[in-house]
Amino acid sequence: MFDSFGQKITGIFDRLTRRGALSEADVQTAMREIRIALLEADVALPVVKDFIATTTQAAIGQNVLRSITPGQMVVKIVHDQLIAMLEGRLSEPRDGGNQAPTDNALNFRTEPPAVILMVGLQGSGKTTSTAKLAKRITERERKSVMMASLDTQRPAAQEQLAILGRQAKIQTLPIVAGESPLVIAKRALKEAKTGGFDVLLLDSAGRLAIDAELMAEISAIHAATKPIETLLVADALTGQDAVNTASHFDQQIGVTGIILTRIDGDGRGGAALSMRAVTGKPIKFLGAGEKLDALEDFDAERLASRILGMGDIIGLVEKAMSAAEMQDMEQLAAKMQKGSFDLDDFALQLRQMRKMGGMSGLMGLLPGVAKAKRDLQTSGISDRDLLHQEAIISSMTRRERRDWRLLNAKRKIRIAKGSGTDVPQINRLLKQFQQTQKMMKMVGGMNKSAAKSMLGGGALGANLGGAMGGGAMGGGAMPDMSKFPNIAGLGGAGGSPPDLKALLGGGGGGSPQMSQNLNKMMRDLARGPKRGK
Amino acid sequence: MNFAEKLRQNLAKSARNLLGGLKSSFGGGKIDASTWQELEETLIRADFGPKFAASMILALKSDRELAHLDGIAEKIAAKIEMILSPLAQPLSLAPHNGKKIILVTGVNGSGKTTSIGKLAFSLQQNYRQNNGGKNPKIMLVAADTFRAAAVSQLQIWAERTGVTCVTAAAASDPAALVFQALDRAKAENYDLVLIDTAGRLNNNQGLMDELGKILRVIKKHDETAPHHSILVLDATIGQNAINQVTQFQAQAALNGLIITKLDGTAKAGILVDLAERFALPIYAIGVGEGIDDLHPFDAREFARNLLDLPPVA
Repeated sequence: MFDSFGQKITGIFDRLTRRGALSEADVQTAMREIRIALLEADVALPVVKDFIATTTQAAIGQNVLRSITPGQMVVKIVHDQLIAMLEGRLSEPRDGGNQAPTDNALNFRTEPPAVILMVGLQGSGKTTSTAKLAKRITERERKSVMMASLDTQRPAAQEQLAILGRQAKIQTLPIVAGESPLVIAKRALKEAKTGGFDVLLLDSAGRLAIDAELMAEISAIHAATKPIETLLVADALTGQDAVNTASHFDQQIGVTGIILTRIDGDGRGGAALSMRAVTGKPIKFLGAGEKLDALEDFDAERLASRILGMGDIIGLVEKAMSAAEMQDMEQLAAKMQKGSFDLDDFALQLRQMRKMGGMSGLMGLLPGVAKAKRDLQTSGISDRDLLHQEAIISSMTRRERRDWRLLNAKRKIRIAKGSGTDVPQINRLLKQFQQTQKMMKMVGGMNKSAAKSMLGGGALGANLGGAMGGGAMGGGAMPDMSKFPNIAGLGGAGGSPPDLKALLGGGGGGSPQMSQNLNKMMRDLARGPKRGK
Repeated sequence: MNFAEKLRQNLAKSARNLLGGLKSSFGGGKIDASTWQELEETLIRADFGPKFAASMILALKSDRELAHLDGIAEKIAAKIEMILSPLAQPLSLAPHNGKKIILVTGVNGSGKTTSIGKLAFSLQQNYRQNNGGKNPKIMLVAADTFRAAAVSQLQIWAERTGVTCVTAAAASDPAALVFQALDRAKAENYDLVLIDTAGRLNNNQGLMDELGKILRVIKKHDETAPHHSILVLDATIGQNAINQVTQFQAQAALNGLIITKLDGTAKAGILVDLAERFALPIYAIGVGEGIDDLHPFDAREFARNLLDLPPVA
């Protein structure tokens, strides 16, 4: 997602790191590069100018003198400023990580129904986001939600929301043909009141911010329904226009928050910074896929780290933690201790990887793997390979799964037939499995809790390495396996996700030694896989 | 003053007419560094991208015609117009063109379905003009089997124009639908087939492969098809447009663009960079939600708008 931007900035800092000291001129040079990087990331020009000015100010002076290495200091300053900007604070850089972040949660503190009005340009993703949000509020807030589409412009827009409502099991306002948006809104409010709904989500028609007639219409709807939240839905791929759209909508109807959609694209996401800066309103959610549960919390720190190419180690750990069944983890941890990791366990890991968004999803979360990810894409390795691997294991007998050494040529042919694969594929899988098994044995000596956190972050990395290193790329680039245990080491040594957070240095509390390791790891990863062994 | 207010003020400042600003401060002298910088920033704000804007300004600096401030914005607009005007190629259904199959692709929300609705109408008008008022046989294929109500949306457009719409059950294989539709189009002698596809992000390998399959199915049917493979691009898009065109071209053999939402505040300056890189024809632009809101691309008007110049009367 934000890889290219991250890579660019990492490149700049790499150059800085190689120098002994950081002078004012160095900062200026770096800022010129950062300006280009930000503009290429589609951050709007006025926002870039302001960011550069503030960041330069923060970078020149005593801050630099106190740093461990100049490069690291600039990374930290830019990172902190990005976070500050994304959180709507653009004063001094964060000083100790103890400041409370802006409240991104939805506001329901009103007499029910709490009305949430969705607005935005055509095609920004309002209808899909409305359904995603309704599902989320129902599931996470345990509130009863009704949705109503006020979109009488686009053909079948109301029907689209009705279908999504059925899919997500959310009540939608029955469609009455010929009603005007304002009339529908009023009827929806009445129905939601009498029906005793906690929340009413209003999906409006897409409109240009300069379309006076439609903007007057939405103002009237706003006045009539008094929404407690007015969310601007905007495309993460938006260019310089992001500031215009955001400020127009904000000035004319007053938005309370932003939902940024298509964050799963390969755009650089500068629009997030632009819109946040120009409206001063929080980005509340990120739309990250076509499925109805693909709505993520906005986390400035994670986004900024991602922008800086530091990847999203925290995200990786969290994702791993939530997707893996705790029970499975206990079992795996126990097995690791005993050193009896078998193909069944391997299959379990494969399934977990798939749950977490597959290879590409995971790779996006790891730091500095933009290049590896591209290699991955061009080499054609895909989530389908994970499925194939699962199929192979499923085609084995129970005994074979417990002891892979049983697999002679004849058995392999049988398995290949059964799983619709071929023998070389099975051999590759076995090689990966052995590598993972070796890893597991290595960490078997650790205590149980460390081992468990390994499963969340580290072992997964090992598996990832295994999957890639196992030759699935067809003789292409071969990643250096030692890099992945490095990640594993972080997970194990830290013991728990909060420690990892500190490692990133964003919170300001990370130990220098660990940051250095992280930096080195990032560089190694960014340099990409080594050629075959 | 808080940051947002300050920013809004800057915005208002930057949005003022460049030409007016330049004239008032210089009144026709030689161009200095700050003027060039202001011009470069105008291009950046129009989504040229920092590197492309810089290279453009560099090229303009060495241009002797541009040594004076008088009409500098106009002159630059004319240069940009020169780059773009060969690409303004409106679609036509003239009789000698024969039968046509048009594939329409793009990321989610770019405006594919709406553009097809409008395109069906404009090509219908075009055919009538060329054939003494005779109506063409047009078929719309609703191959977006993923998005809820996408099929109904296209059906409504088909009713508005009075053309056929071929559909399949939700979540069915779009390539299979395309195959059946093309069979029927051949058997029933349709003049034009417009294929609507589901929105897909260019970095979603699975969905891009699906598009490749649709293209193979079309080719199996007629090797020369699709006669137009159109990427619908949203005018508000930034630098990601380059990735989109690159990857859709690789997968869907693009040979033209439709730019939508050009009636907003977005300038779509990325088109100039795209023109230099890919030289893909721009078939049409979308400027509204009405059935006749698909216009031919006008390079002059577009270039003038990039530089905040008023349209020529």
